[in-house]
Amino acid sequence: MSLYRTELRRLVKRRFTRWMTVLGLLVLAAVVGGVFLTNEKIDATARAKAEAAAEQQYQEQTRWAEQERAACEAAKSGGTAADPGRFPDDCSVITAPPRESIEVDWFLPSTFDFRENFGFTLLPLAAILALVGFVVGASFVGAEWSTGGMMNLLLWRPKRLTVLLTKLAALLTGLLALAVTTTVLWFGSFWIVATLRGTTEKMTSGAWQSFALTGLRGVVLALVGATVGFAVASLGRHTAMALGGAIGVIVVGQFGVAILLALAGVRFAEVWLLPTYVAAWMEKKVTLQNWQACQATYFGECKPETLDITWQHSSLLLGVSLVLILGAALWTMRRRDIS
Amino acid sequence: MPAVLEIEGLRKTYKSRRRGTRNALDGFDMRVEAGQVHGFLGPNGSGKTTTLRTLLGLIRPDGGRMAILGQEVPAALPAVAGHIGAIVESPQFFPHFTARDTLSLLASAGDVPAPRIDEVLELVGLRDRAGERVKTYSLGMKQRLAVASALLKNPKLLILDEPANGLDPGGIREMRTLMRNLAESGMTVVLSSHILGEIQLICDSVTIISLGRRVASGPVDEVLARHSSGAVRVRVEAATDLPVAAEALTRAGIRVTGTEPDHLMLTGVDKPATVTRLLAEQGLYVSELTRVAADLESVFLDLTATAPVPGQHRQVDQSTKVGGTEQPTSGGWGA
Repeated sequence: MSLYRTELRRLVKRRFTRWMTVLGLLVLAAVVGGVFLTNEKIDATARAKAEAAAEQQYQEQTRWAEQERAACEAAKSGGTAADPGRFPDDCSVITAPPRESIEVDWFLPSTFDFRENFGFTLLPLAAILALVGFVVGASFVGAEWSTGGMMNLLLWRPKRLTVLLTKLAALLTGLLALAVTTTVLWFGSFWIVATLRGTTEKMTSGAWQSFALTGLRGVVLALVGATVGFAVASLGRHTAMALGGAIGVIVVGQFGVAILLALAGVRFAEVWLLPTYVAAWMEKKVTLQNWQACQATYFGECKPETLDITWQHSSLLLGVSLVLILGAALWTMRRRDIS
Repeated sequence: MPAVLEIEGLRKTYKSRRRGTRNALDGFDMRVEAGQVHGFLGPNGSGKTTTLRTLLGLIRPDGGRMAILGQEVPAALPAVAGHIGAIVESPQFFPHFTARDTLSLLASAGDVPAPRIDEVLELVGLRDRAGERVKTYSLGMKQRLAVASALLKNPKLLILDEPANGLDPGGIREMRTLMRNLAESGMTVVLSSHILGEIQLICDSVTIISLGRRVASGPVDEVLARHSSGAVRVRVEAATDLPVAAEALTRAGIRVTGTEPDHLMLTGVDKPATVTRLLAEQGLYVSELTRVAADLESVFLDLTATAPVPGQHRQVDQSTKVGGTEQPTSGGWGA
């Protein structure tokens, strides 16, 4: 227990942990601030202005249609049409759009509807938390290896697996505290944004439950990111191993594979790309479409072929990856000499 | 006296596809008795650090037996680790932590009471600089911090790899006094160093390793005596008589190893009185007859065959292999 408390202290004391946490929180604060500044509450005045703008556009459209119809009729009667394809054969088809087709909502300022919009904000929250977790996790063990701290610690605590797993437990505890607190603040911040710059109407217990579960999946994603960063840095015994590995996976494994699959014309190429599974994890389901196929409907319409990637698929992939990477890190910790 | 540290037949082999096999430790033996300051000597690459790392569980041995405080290691290492304080090779610490933070985290991990931190900081002379970040420390100050971290547990066995590295002359003397005081308080100290004068001054016993094998061990005096060549320096009243003296002694079977302008160096002299008698018979009168005691440096250079030879550049791993050829051998990759 003393080792666990010590590692927790070490994690919090580290400058890198503090700076990365502050940086992550600043980015999230910027997102909240940006949403706050670009949205407005819809009141009667705003709605009246929007209605007036919609009416004005309708009038402009009507005027324009009348002018065009007059020009069309003049061209037909005088036979002076310079551009034969400019007007239809029957000038009476040139009419203004119906009034109801110009919606008032188009002219309303952007407003933050908590029920409609909050779900989308949980993905960047999870991504930033996972990124912070990955980098802090990698540095927490990588710097220990490269500065000789791990060797010092093993002279005090010779049980290698206990030391590595205790460090991981301390990291995950710290990150869990950060992620839960940040997620709660995220909910609170956007609730305030919605209250001041939008609406919190139509929030049911079902909607809350859905948001809570998505937030929970985001926290799990951050913990997985931290564990992977920690394990890869431990495997390479350097922070750069994890960061380099991540860049390698992004550049080669994602962009490279994406280009290759596109050139090869592979169906549902996104199946092979990691972001698909991250999105599926957070959104519960991602539907991929293949426009090179025709799924005929009863009405003779062609629909693209589809493939659903669900959060269960994602959990399988994340789980297997986690077990393999962490298992390899533990195995090398146990077997390799420390020099 | 009971042994605090015992090593028998320790083996560690490194294998490389490109460079073949290298025996870093080739049946190495070592024994350190309780309450001693024990010097652990060897040329670069001879296996000192590998031995210490293996002993401390950082490297997995390929064979042999090790015991610390009577318990077999590495199996019993978790049980005895609390009684071992160690620094291995150059000390490395997290640069942005202060010395106090560094020691505090170690103390906390090892359940050491907090007041002990101030005690060791005082002991190594870092009390007034304990609040500064380690990255601002000189090599000598980092060395002091390393010794402080090793002393934190108040260990029964203290293992220090090059503790005087980077220390100023005052620091070296302080370290020497500290080692002696610790040994007098009952602590066993194993000291690896290349400052052989220091080792000779503070150590009770030594082990010398070369190419992964022990080449000498025992109390310092015994090792020196065992490897002393019985060298004698002799002067006569008139320096011009030295060639005659040298000829007379050589005729009597005494080896004259050096003819200096004012004295002769002799070896293989069991009884110095023989020299006096032989020279007196020739009408030469001795003005000085001194037995030259071997120092640890010369014994070390002799045993490990690492003495510099003019015009030659000795390579690491070129030293003596016990049980092998008489000539210096190379124990590098592929050996």
